[in-house]
Amino acid sequence: MFWAAHLLAGLAVVLAWPAPVALSRAKWPTRAPATAMILWQAIALAGGLSMIGAMLVWGLDPLGDNLVEALGRLGTMAISNEPAAELGLVHVFALSAAGLLSAHLIFTLLLTYAKIQGQRRRHRDMLNLLSSPAANRPATLVINHPTPVAYCLPGGARSVTVLSDGLLDLLTAQELDAVLVHERAHLHQRHHLLLWAFAAWRSALPWLPTSQLAQRAVNELIEMLADDEALKTVREPVLARAIAIVASGPLADSDGVYPSDALSTTTLTPGSPSGQDTGSTVNRIHRLLTPQPTLSPVQQGAALGTSGLLLVAPTLLLIAPWMLG
Amino acid sequence: MATLGELERTVMDLLWGTPGALTANALRDQLALATHDAVGKELAVTTVLTVLSRLEKKGLVERERETRPHRYRAITSREEHTAELMHEVLVTAPDREAVLARFIGSVSDSEAQALRKLLGS
Repeated sequence: MFWAAHLLAGLAVVLAWPAPVALSRAKWPTRAPATAMILWQAIALAGGLSMIGAMLVWGLDPLGDNLVEALGRLGTMAISNEPAAELGLVHVFALSAAGLLSAHLIFTLLLTYAKIQGQRRRHRDMLNLLSSPAANRPATLVINHPTPVAYCLPGGARSVTVLSDGLLDLLTAQELDAVLVHERAHLHQRHHLLLWAFAAWRSALPWLPTSQLAQRAVNELIEMLADDEALKTVREPVLARAIAIVASGPLADSDGVYPSDALSTTTLTPGSPSGQDTGSTVNRIHRLLTPQPTLSPVQQGAALGTSGLLLVAPTLLLIAPWMLG
Repeated sequence: MATLGELERTVMDLLWGTPGALTANALRDQLALATHDAVGKELAVTTVLTVLSRLEKKGLVERERETRPHRYRAITSREEHTAELMHEVLVTAPDREAVLARFIGSVSDSEAQALRKLLGS
């Protein structure tokens, strides 16, 4: 168990810092957002598991050769009210820390859920008063505001997509369809569950590089996933134009709409000459207009294999430490 | 029978469309006109009062207590509420990011400029 605890601690450190930093800098996730999403979930789950596991296994080390035996022994000690002398103060401390961290993670997850649900309920309440249903489009509301905005508010059967007047004025019917398919993809693919989990992960451990990087990455990846879903019904330039128009905000001069010719892709290169970050929206458009090849089966397999390994390794270290010899 | 949500909406529409304050009785009469069918006529004043007290709790409506019967008015205009709601949608804060999924995240000024150039405007 001694070595298992050290390996778990090592894994926890790698998953808390170098691994997420490397993944957040990688270029391939734009080519395979679904795979990247799985990898981020594996990093978060395995990270939490190895953090708690390292402390648990190390704390139980004096009590037995494996987790079940040691936990059994701990249970007997607790029931018969034996002094914890056999365990030692440091090990008691490690066990308490493992318990506290587990409780903290679960509590934050539930608290975040309650907060999000409350905010959604209030938002839906106000929408009920301020918006009107869109003509001929089910589960779609229109709100009277000049800023071009589109978003979806998840809520099971009451999920709605909200569009602003400003958006309806700027977009053609085709572009509007692109926006709606994109928003519905968020709802169909249950992206709100991912947003919830990673928001909780971040508010539980805000100082950890992994939780911040993961939330930012997940926010960008769900947009790419929804874009890809929209491309099943609309063409790339239409969606790209819709994104560009909405992102540009309201027109400064109110003399009408943007010229209807296609986007000039030549001016669009990620990593502008000035060297500053172009931002995720420009990257999203670039991704649509100059499609990159998807990952090869080998690369895809490597990424998924890594995800699987990340989950299996800490689990095995926890339940079967004797495999280390 | 209209749901409470629908009634709240209609009552707010009436209050937003009225410069002054209205009594519950006056509101009931206007509701009967606004809904055009039997629903409004069957509506009891107590139901209107229930709706009004719900709206009061939500901070949307205030009551003038000097007169009897009490008169009700909207606290802020529909436009201000809409602006507030849109602000909620557009402002990015880490603890709000999971509430809804926006088509476009926050865009920096330079990014918006680059996109406008791209669109040929």
